Amino acid sequence: MNTNIFQFELRMKLKSALTWSIAVVAVSLIYLGLYPSLAQEADLLEQAIRQFPPQFLQAFGMQHFHLDTIMGFYSFVFLFIQVLLAVQASMYGVGLVSVDEAEFTADFLLTRPVTRGQILTSKFLASFVVLTLTNAVVWVSSLAFLELFDAGRGYDQHAVILLLSSIVLFQLFFLTAGAAISLLVKRVRSVTPYALALAFGMYLLGAFSGMLGDVKLELITPFKHFDPNAIIENDAWDPSLVAISIAVILISIAITYWRYLHRDIPAVA
Amino acid sequence: MPVIETRQLTKYYGKARGIVDVSLQVEEGEIFGFIGPNGAGKTTTIRLLLGLIFPTRGEARIFGKDAIKDGPEIRRHIGYLPSEVFYYEGMKVIDLLKYAASFYPGDHTKRLHELAEYMELDLHRKIEDLSYGNRKKVGIVQGLLHRPKLVFLDEPTLGLDPLMQRKFFDLIREENARGVTVFFSSHILGEVQRLCQRVGIIKEGQLIEVSDIRTLQQNNYKRIYVAAREIPSGYFDRPGVTNLEAVNGGVRFFYKGDIDAIVARISALDLIDVTIEEPTLEEIFMHYYE
Repeated sequence: MNTNIFQFELRMKLKSALTWSIAVVAVSLIYLGLYPSLAQEADLLEQAIRQFPPQFLQAFGMQHFHLDTIMGFYSFVFLFIQVLLAVQASMYGVGLVSVDEAEFTADFLLTRPVTRGQILTSKFLASFVVLTLTNAVVWVSSLAFLELFDAGRGYDQHAVILLLSSIVLFQLFFLTAGAAISLLVKRVRSVTPYALALAFGMYLLGAFSGMLGDVKLELITPFKHFDPNAIIENDAWDPSLVAISIAVILISIAITYWRYLHRDIPAVA
Repeated sequence: MPVIETRQLTKYYGKARGIVDVSLQVEEGEIFGFIGPNGAGKTTTIRLLLGLIFPTRGEARIFGKDAIKDGPEIRRHIGYLPSEVFYYEGMKVIDLLKYAASFYPGDHTKRLHELAEYMELDLHRKIEDLSYGNRKKVGIVQGLLHRPKLVFLDEPTLGLDPLMQRKFFDLIREENARGVTVFFSSHILGEVQRLCQRVGIIKEGQLIEVSDIRTLQQNNYKRIYVAAREIPSGYFDRPGVTNLEAVNGGVRFFYKGDIDAIVARISALDLIDVTIEEPTLEEIFMHYYE
């Protein structure tokens, strides 16, 4: 860990952290803010939604869409937040070291008296801190809006804490997997396509796995590991699924360090 | 102890040749020129020495230490000016230079400002707004601000106007006078000749010659053009003259040998015009393939 690099990377990302946080707050506010008015028409709405094909409901995390308390609605909003967080963490992960190579600033950094391990650790930590800031914003905004818009019906606080606590691992999954992928491909020229493919690929695996009938594939996606519907329904995490997430994170970290420490930094072509 | 020492240093990118069996030594306090055409392996050699890429085989030692294993320690005393300069676009010049300086122990603010003033670099502009030449200046300042003992210059004059080139060369000479060793890569023979004491010539990944700059010049051809009222046929048929051809009312040829003798011979003519030039790099290479 090198404090110069850490501080520098942190400063470079603060604007982005702010943007993502605003997005998360906006999504939570707009959707949860709808609940009090929806709650009055709960029965009608639920009937209407039952008319949709079950596959459709599953894809949007609405198979347990209940409006009698705000929780049924929140599981759907939380999935939306997860997608945002997945894209953010993937962008940071894929860009962790590839941005330096695409913009040719890698030479600047790697010719300083620091080890590659220090560079990588500093960058990882800086990204993690920024993700944690966004995470904190999700906590505060979710808890505040649930309290504000529960229409006086109350909600399952334990399940909410379980959902919010899952964010750390969820973010780390995309951060580390993104970094590993960026170092397994030959050269990343643009971060966005890789990051979007990772985030939405995982989302689609989770959303459509039941439809395809293939149980194995869905096991690798954190959208399944931390499926808000399942967590709310069981009022617990599934330990074996969470273990898969942790395993992927550890393997991704190992790949990232191994590849980066042995990598030929491409020259300006 | 040499400052840089490589033994059979070899780099392949997959099957593509980078450099092959390069063994060279650079002594403390010298300005070592490293010349060769584009794609010969100059940049590959420098990147290997800086630990940016890893050798396929062979080894490189800097300050007597392993260039890979002891890289971070070695790089504390190294300055590097890359040929193409790209920096964090959104930053101001001063912030980038401070970031660069922060990696080295001690306070480098004074030297930073000295160098910027000398190179006429505006510290408060954004890097994205800088011209190519001004970016190059940023490169020069960031490479020298921590008073390195060894400086790598990779095609440093590309994009600098002639006046700045001169200032830059003076700066390098000044550093060298203080004992700094300079590894200067270029494909322009003239600037290497102006600055360097010894040169290595690299072609197609192989080091084909390391010699004193004077020896190289003495051993080398001059390109001579002579126009005169009358040049008797066979006038320049003498040892050392090759590739003689008649052009533009005069003759052109290569000459290798006693310069005094050929000048005396030329001055005996009723001259209109004379040029005596250094051979181009290609012509030097022709010489090495004879």
